[in-house]
Amino acid sequence: MGATASQLDTGKLSEYEELTFLTKQEILLAYDRFDKLVPKEEKNRIDYRVPMEDILELPELKFNPFKERICKVFSTSDKKDGSLDFDDFLDFLSAFSDSATLEIKSHYAFHIFDFDDDGTLDRQDLKKLINCLTGKADKTSLTPDEMRMLIDNILEESDIDQDGTVNLSEFQHVISRSPDFVSSFQIVL
Amino acid sequence: MLHKNSTLSYCLQSTKIHCLLLVFAHTVREFFFYRKEYKLFYQKILLICLFIPFLNESMSFLGDEQFEGGNKEKRHREKRRDGSKDRRKRANAKRRERSRADRENEEFEERLGKREKGRRGRVKNDQEAKKRDEQDSEDKENSEDKEVKPESLSPDELEKLKEAVDEKKKLIQSLRGKPWPMKKKLVTLQETLRIQSHDDQDFENFKTACIPWEMKIKEIESHFGSSVASYFIFLRWMYGINMILFGLTFGLVMVPEALMGRPYGSIPRKTVPRAEEASAMDFAVLWDFGGYAQYSVLFYGFYSNQRAIGWLKFRMPLSYFLVGVGTVAYSYMVVIRTMARNANESGVGDDNSFNFSWKMFTSWDYLIGNPETADNKFASITTCFKEAILEEQESRKDDNIHLTRFLRVLANFLVLCCLAGSGYLIYFVVRRSQKFALDGFENHTWWERNEVNMVMSLLGMFCPMLFDVISTLENYHPRVALQWQLGRIFALFLGNLYTFIIALMDEINVKREEENIVKFNITMWEASLYNGTVSENFTASPITIHPADVPRGPCWETMVGQEFVRLIISDTMTTYITLLIGDFLRAVLVRFLNHCWCWDLEAGFPSYSEFDVSGNVLGLIFNQGMIWMGAFYAPCLPALNVLRLHVSMYLQCWAVMCCNVPQERVFKASGSNNFYMAMLLVILFLSTLPNIYTIVTIPPSFDCGPFSGKNRMFDVIHETLESDFPAWFSKVFSYASNPGLVLPFILLMVLAIYYLQSTSKSYKEANVELKKKLQMVIQIMKIILLLPTTVNNWRNNNASFQGQEGEILLPKSRQLENESYSCLIIQTYCLRRKERVTFFSKKTYDNEVKKKSFPVVFSF
Repeated sequence: MGATASQLDTGKLSEYEELTFLTKQEILLAYDRFDKLVPKEEKNRIDYRVPMEDILELPELKFNPFKERICKVFSTSDKKDGSLDFDDFLDFLSAFSDSATLEIKSHYAFHIFDFDDDGTLDRQDLKKLINCLTGKADKTSLTPDEMRMLIDNILEESDIDQDGTVNLSEFQHVISRSPDFVSSFQIVL
Repeated sequence: MLHKNSTLSYCLQSTKIHCLLLVFAHTVREFFFYRKEYKLFYQKILLICLFIPFLNESMSFLGDEQFEGGNKEKRHREKRRDGSKDRRKRANAKRRERSRADRENEEFEERLGKREKGRRGRVKNDQEAKKRDEQDSEDKENSEDKEVKPESLSPDELEKLKEAVDEKKKLIQSLRGKPWPMKKKLVTLQETLRIQSHDDQDFENFKTACIPWEMKIKEIESHFGSSVASYFIFLRWMYGINMILFGLTFGLVMVPEALMGRPYGSIPRKTVPRAEEASAMDFAVLWDFGGYAQYSVLFYGFYSNQRAIGWLKFRMPLSYFLVGVGTVAYSYMVVIRTMARNANESGVGDDNSFNFSWKMFTSWDYLIGNPETADNKFASITTCFKEAILEEQESRKDDNIHLTRFLRVLANFLVLCCLAGSGYLIYFVVRRSQKFALDGFENHTWWERNEVNMVMSLLGMFCPMLFDVISTLENYHPRVALQWQLGRIFALFLGNLYTFIIALMDEINVKREEENIVKFNITMWEASLYNGTVSENFTASPITIHPADVPRGPCWETMVGQEFVRLIISDTMTTYITLLIGDFLRAVLVRFLNHCWCWDLEAGFPSYSEFDVSGNVLGLIFNQGMIWMGAFYAPCLPALNVLRLHVSMYLQCWAVMCCNVPQERVFKASGSNNFYMAMLLVILFLSTLPNIYTIVTIPPSFDCGPFSGKNRMFDVIHETLESDFPAWFSKVFSYASNPGLVLPFILLMVLAIYYLQSTSKSYKEANVELKKKLQMVIQIMKIILLLPTTVNNWRNNNASFQGQEGEILLPKSRQLENESYSCLIIQTYCLRRKERVTFFSKKTYDNEVKKKSFPVVFSF
C-alpha cells in the first residue's frame, strides 16, 4: 500500500474503525480500491467524488441489479448524481459488511428498494423491484397478471396498516424474521 | 423467546387489572342508565373485559412502532443476538468504557476529598457559586463539553456527570449502527470523547486474519453465491473437528506408543511375521496397508498391553480406550451444539407468514459478482416467483391428487427396489471376495481383488442419477424434491455401509474361529518347545526365538482398521479422479473442441459441469462417518482424513474456480443447514453403534492390541480403578455403577427431557397464540382508528342520524374473520359517547365488497 496508505493517518483510521463495522485491514483495502478510481491529478484529495459510472464498474457491483440505487442511496452529493467520496464509500462497505447489524442493513435495504425516494414502498416501487430481480431477459420476466398477483400477495402479507404501501417499520418487521437476509445482504471487497 | 413471552403476558396482566377497574366503574354507571337492557349489556361487558387488554396492548404496540422509532432501534440493538463477534466487540468496548468511567470517578473523588477540607472554612458565597456551577454543568452537558471543573462537584453532580459520560460512550458505541452519512458521524465523534486503546480491536483483527482459507472462500462466495461457499465453510468446519480428533489420537495414543512403548521388533505383535517379511516393503503391499504399515502405530494390533509405559508411567491401554470414547463424545458435543445454535438462529423464521415478502426482499444474493451466476440467479428468482404464485393458486384447488399420490408411491417403490438391489449386490460381492481371500489374492485379477470398493464407488456414482430420474415422477416442489433426493442418497450410502459392516462382522467371526485354532496350536507349540528344551538343556534358560517366528492369531481389530483405511483411500481416489475427469477434462474438452465441432458444446449437450453442493456435502458426511467408525481400530484415520480434507480444500477450490459453472437452481444455504447437521448426527449415531457393539460383545484378540489378555475391552477401566485409585474410590464407583442407581438416574433424565420438551412445546404454542392475538389487536386498532372518521363522515352525509340506519365498511383480514368483534368495538365506542346503537343482520353485498371488507349495518 505504501504511499497511498500514508495518506490515511492512524488517527483518521481509528476514527473510521470506530464508526464503521470494518476492520483496519478492510478500511485500508477499501482506501486502496477507492484510490484506484481517483484520477491521477486528483490524488491528494480525500474528498474527491468518484462519479457513479466509475463506481458501477467495480466487479463487486457490476452485476448487481440494484447498483444504481446503491450509489444513489449512499451518495451525499448535493447534485444527487450518485457520486461517492471516500466517506460514502466506507458507509456503503460498512452497511454491507458481515458484522453490520440487522437494523442498519434493513434500513439501507429499504432505501435501496424505495426507487422514487418517497419513504414508502408503493406498487410502483414493488414493480420496479420485481423487474430488477427477474432480470432483463424476456424469458425470465413475469406476465402482468403474475406481477399483479405477486404484488397483491406481498402487500397482503407485509402491509400491516393496509394503506397500500410498505413503510420502513413494516419492512423491518418483515425482514427481521427472515433467516437469511443478513447473510445475503453482504458485499465484500 | 421466553423473555418475550413473559414480558408480554406481564403486560397483559397489568393492563387487564387496569381495564377491569375501568370497566367496573363503567358498568356501575351504565347500570343505572340502562336498567332494562342490563342483561344483554352485561354479557357484552364481559366480552369487553376479555379483550380490552388487547386494545391497550395494541395501543402501546402501535405507539412503539410509530412514535418511538429511535428508542426502539436502540433497544433492539441492545437486545439483538446478531454476530457474536460484534457483540464481543461491544462487550469489550463496554468494559473499557466502564473501567474508564471508574477511573474518572476516582479522580473526581480524590479532588473532591481535597476540596472538602478547604470548604468547611468558606462562606455562603460558595454555595451560590455551586448553584451557578450546577447550571453551568448542565449547560455543558448539553453542549457536549466534557471539561467540568472538579471544584464544583457534589456527589449528585458527579453522578450526573458520570451518566453523561456513559451516555456519550453509548452514543459512540451506537454511532456505527446509525444510518447516518459518514460526515455526520465524524463530526459527532470529534465532538465527543476519543477512545484511546485499540488493543481489543487489534486482537479482533488478528483473530479474523487467522481464520484459514477465509480469502479463498470469500472469492468463491463472490463468484458463485453463498450456497457453494457454504459447502466450503462446512468443509472447513469439518477440518477443524478432524484436527482436534487428530490431535487427540496423535498426542495421546500414537506419539506415546512410538516414543515410550517397546520398539519395533521387540515382541511378536510389533514384528512382521517371517512369511510376510519378503514382501513387507513392496509398494503394492504398503499401498494396501499391509507389511510394515500394518505392524506400526497406525493400527490397533501394534499396541502392547503393558499397563504403564516409559518413565512417565503413561497408562497406554487406558489412554487408548479413553481417547476412543473421547473422540466420539467430542463429536457428539460439537454436532449437537452446532445444531442447537442453528436451530436457535433459524427458529425465529420458521413461520410461513412472510413467504412472498421474503422471496421479494431477501432473495438477491449481494455477494454475486459474476455474470453467469447473476443470470442464473435471475432465472431462479423468476421461477421461484412463478412457483410461489402457482402454489398459492394450487393451495386453493387440488385436482387429480390421486394420480400424484399413485406416482409418488410408485417412485418410492422403485427407489426401495434400487436400494435393496444395491444392498444385495454389495453383500454378494463381499461374500465372493471372502472366498477369493480364502483362495489367496495372488490367483485373481485386479478387478477381483478390488471388487468391493469398486462396486461401492460405482453404486454411489450411478444410483443417485437413477434416483434423480425417478424423482421426476413425483412432481414435488424443488426444495422438497432436493430433500427427498438427499434422503434417498443417504439411505443408499447408509445401506451400503451397513451391508459392508455386516459382511465385516461375518469376517470377524471367521477370524475368531481361526483365532481359537491358533490359540490351541500355540499351546501345543509352546509345550513342544518346552519339552524340547527340557530334554536338551537342563537349566531351562529361556530360549530366544525371534519374534518374527512366533505363531500368532489373526488380529481381527487390525483387519477392521485396514478395511476402513482402504475404503477411505479408495473413496478419496474416486472423488479426486471423478473431479479430474468429470470436471477438469470435460471443461478442457468443451473449451478447446468447441472451435471445431458441429454444435455448440458450451451451451449444448456436454457443457460445463455444475458444482453439486448437496452431493459433495453428503460425500463429506459419509467420509466422516467412516472415520468415526474406523478410528478406534486404526488411530491413523483422523490423520488421513485431515490430509484428505486439506487436499480437497485446495483441489475443489481450484476445480470450482476453473472448471465449474454456477448451479442453475441457486438455493439458499441457510435453509438446509440443519438438515445436513441432522444427517451428520444420524451418521455419527449409526457409526458409533457397530463400534459399541464390538467393544461390548466381542472379546479382544489374545495376542495383539492394548487390551489383549482381557476378557472385554472396557475391563481396562475396572483395572485402573482397582489398582490406581484408593480403595474407597473404586467402592464409590462400584456403588455408583450399580444398576439400582443407574436405572433411576436414566429414568430421571428421560423425565427431565420429557419435561423440557413439553415446556418448550407449550412455549411455542403460547408464542403462536400471542402472535395471533397481536395480529388481532392490530386489526382491532385499525378499526378503532378508522371508526371516528367513518362515523363522522356518515353523520355529515346524513344530517338527522337519529334512528337512521348506517353502514360502515370495515377492513377485513385473515386474522379477524369474526365480525362480532367489530360490532362490539363500535358498541363500546358509541357507549362512550353515550349513543345507543342497534345492529342489523347483514344486507346483501356483492362479492367484490365482501372480499376486502365487511359491512356493518347499524342505527343510532
